[in-house]
Amino acid sequence: MTSFHINGRAVTVDADDDTPLLWVIRDVVGLTGTKFGCGIGMCGACTVHVGGRPTRSCITPLASVAGAKVTTIEGLDPEGKHPVQQAWADLQVPQCGYCQSGQIMQAASLINDFPAPTDGDIDAVMAGNLCRCMTYVRIRNAIKQAAAQSRKVAADE
Amino acid sequence: MSKLQHQLALSRRAFLVGLAGAAVTFGFASGEDAAQAPESGPFEPTIWYSVDRDGIVTVNITRAEMGQHIGTAIARIVADELEVDWSNVRISAVDTDPKWGVMITGGSNSVWADFPRYSRAGAAGRIALIEAGARLLGASPSQCLARKGAVVAANQSISYGEIVKRGEPTRKFTPDELAQLPIKQASERRLIGKKTDALDIPAKINGTARYGIDAVVAGMVYARPKIPPTRNGSVVRAVDDSAAKRVKGYLASLVLEDPSNTVPGWVVVCATSYPAAIRAADLVKVDWAAGDAARVSEQDILDYGAKQIAEPSGGALLVNDSGIDSAFRAASSTLERTYTTASVLHGQLEPVNALAFEKDGRFEIHTGSQWQSLILPVLAQALQLPQERIVMRTYSLGGAFGRRLNTDYAVPAALAAKALGKPVKLVLTRPDDMRFDSFRSPSIQQLRLAFDRQGRVTAMEHHASAGWPTAVVAPAGMPKTADGTPYDQFAIDGADHWYSVGAQRVRALSNELANSAFRPGYLRSVGPGWTNWAVETFMDEAALMARADPVAFRIGLLDGTGRNAGSAPNAVGGAKRQAAALKRAAEKAGWGATMPKDTGLGVATTFGQERAMPTWVACVARVRVDRSSGAVSVEKLTIVVDAGTLIHPDGALAQVEGSALWGLSMALYEGTEFVNGQVKDTNFDTYTPLRIGDVPELDIEFIESTENAVGLGEPGTTAVAPAIGNAIFAAIGVRLRHLPIRPAAVRQALVPQRSGR
Repeated sequence: MTSFHINGRAVTVDADDDTPLLWVIRDVVGLTGTKFGCGIGMCGACTVHVGGRPTRSCITPLASVAGAKVTTIEGLDPEGKHPVQQAWADLQVPQCGYCQSGQIMQAASLINDFPAPTDGDIDAVMAGNLCRCMTYVRIRNAIKQAAAQSRKVAADE
Repeated sequence: MSKLQHQLALSRRAFLVGLAGAAVTFGFASGEDAAQAPESGPFEPTIWYSVDRDGIVTVNITRAEMGQHIGTAIARIVADELEVDWSNVRISAVDTDPKWGVMITGGSNSVWADFPRYSRAGAAGRIALIEAGARLLGASPSQCLARKGAVVAANQSISYGEIVKRGEPTRKFTPDELAQLPIKQASERRLIGKKTDALDIPAKINGTARYGIDAVVAGMVYARPKIPPTRNGSVVRAVDDSAAKRVKGYLASLVLEDPSNTVPGWVVVCATSYPAAIRAADLVKVDWAAGDAARVSEQDILDYGAKQIAEPSGGALLVNDSGIDSAFRAASSTLERTYTTASVLHGQLEPVNALAFEKDGRFEIHTGSQWQSLILPVLAQALQLPQERIVMRTYSLGGAFGRRLNTDYAVPAALAAKALGKPVKLVLTRPDDMRFDSFRSPSIQQLRLAFDRQGRVTAMEHHASAGWPTAVVAPAGMPKTADGTPYDQFAIDGADHWYSVGAQRVRALSNELANSAFRPGYLRSVGPGWTNWAVETFMDEAALMARADPVAFRIGLLDGTGRNAGSAPNAVGGAKRQAAALKRAAEKAGWGATMPKDTGLGVATTFGQERAMPTWVACVARVRVDRSSGAVSVEKLTIVVDAGTLIHPDGALAQVEGSALWGLSMALYEGTEFVNGQVKDTNFDTYTPLRIGDVPELDIEFIESTENAVGLGEPGTTAVAPAIGNAIFAAIGVRLRHLPIRPAAVRQALVPQRSGR
């Protein structure tokens, strides 16, 4: 039995300790916005936040999140209007959309860590997130827009 | 008639049948008094959409949503003609039903093929609603017009919803009348060509979009296959699951009996959870007798193709002008070159999967598919059921790029569900997916050009050998040459280019070794991905031989004469439009400017996918080459596209952005190798599509046009690789003739330079 929090909700799961967190999220908790792409942490489609840090859930054993706070795309913002999500909608980033939950979770961390990200910051932080439709131009622009929006909100506050 | 055109013609016939049926039931609410007809149904003037009592229009989409926002484009076509407010339009991705006709999404032709049927369906609804609305308003239809979901006459108006509540059917359209219905002039359009947000995007931002891998049903078990050593001909000799029995949740290993022979040699490992299925499959030992392909590798396939090319007979002659051989004999000089491309994997990010189960006497298949009409009969054969007892439920596709035209992965899910008597959700891991891919075949091509004494081009030959996807999955649908030889259009499109080169010969060769060793796939642009690599690299080499500028040389040949004049409705202007796109790209990219050291501009131009539906594309690549490492950096791609009318301009731009970067990725970063019956790369550690840091500056422009809307999913891929290769030549003077272009090949090509040739 492993207990952790997901999107603010406490859950206890009966699964082997080494079960990848990805499958617990998708098939046990039933949140399918987090995606399976490669199983080896090379594509980023499974990215969630664990303790606020972007984490590849496909290579994260269940036991390692005991007591931790996990956030998935469904819990990033109560209304789905995180600045990154708003920029993603505004710039019409997704094509097939399959990688975008992971891209958004990674980008949300990025603008937190780099409030004014350079192209180099974006290249470095987003390098692990593959987009097979190759929406990269829009991903880059949306990250910059989301960061600018977050800075504006922070300044207004 | 090509396979796809044939399919489209079939679906057009189905459309007419559907409309003929609809003419009988053409229905407003039947009650004479609205108050007495509260249950009146929606207005469904055709099978393609309905208008409900609230005026909500729901458009039925038969095309797969795989990132191209196709539902948005088609709904815009309907809504524009129907004169309905866009906020009242919804889309419905339909499940398989014979009434939809052929269900296929490929060849970049959804918008092109669907524009006529959906625009006329919209126009029919508008006419019917105006007539009914006029009656209710006490006006004559000629005094009324339709705007924003209402019929307006002088100072009064009535909404579509109100008409549906109160109206009654009067107007009927025969199929012939429908076919004759005029659609709007471009200048009258209110939605087509205007900016809008794609309807599928919100769900892709908050995690609620549903893909095949997200499908669930009560009582289902999970499954993962053991992929046999060869795609064809493997036979299971023995299965040892003793180690797997230690895995908690392991259920069974099924040796599939497949009457359709889609997945020979498959063993499906079932468990109560997917992680358990993954672990158990790792522990199950299968002893196979492998098929013949276990002794076939990439070079064998290329060697086979080289032999086919060297043999003057055989193959399909798409173009075979009289006088070509004499033109070569009389030539003052000739150019002959050979080009090759490696195997390319789809690597769509959602691994292939399917959920299958029996319910109420029918088999349900829940999966993403690009060609339901191809796989349904195969499923029927596999399950030994009549096709009417199988239905495919529709999901968003987590990437497709042609992989899901071949929905072969539905078969093992269905067979496992049948064998187990329970719902089975089969998911392939990434290595399973890549090993089971219908990847892009390796190709080899030889091109020859003849010049006369004045340096004019007088003849051209193009011989291309590759695996033929259609020869394997739908051989009966292949078109035939004038002499009756069938060929796979998708493996040769592009070689039949729009350059006027005098006498011409285009020969398509089916690489039977490839066809038997694996299942050649349709991969984003298919043949044009390799034919244009050859044609456009060759044009640069020919320009050099003719001592001409590469842009000017091409424009000289794109003269729009003879077979290249173009014709209505899809190719008005012909090669002249290709020349215009090329001129514009050259101008935008600063063609002719002096470049820094080891930096160069290269150009290429194509007609997209196929001659019957040309999308005119031109690309100028600016690259910088590091001579010591051989690394090629693409700094900028300037791309000009003439795709006729753009329905959803931002969606069109997104398609060109994505497809251009696919072209770049396949030019420099992708490509695997077939080794003893298997692809060498099985995950994204060694198979390395372009990532964000590799993306160059993109400058994309569409030529303004009101000509017929054509395709955009694939054309952007076709010009990028040759433009990059030509830019490398401009930068450092070495010519690469194999895709992908690896740094080692660039270094190797530089050796003669370093040694002073």
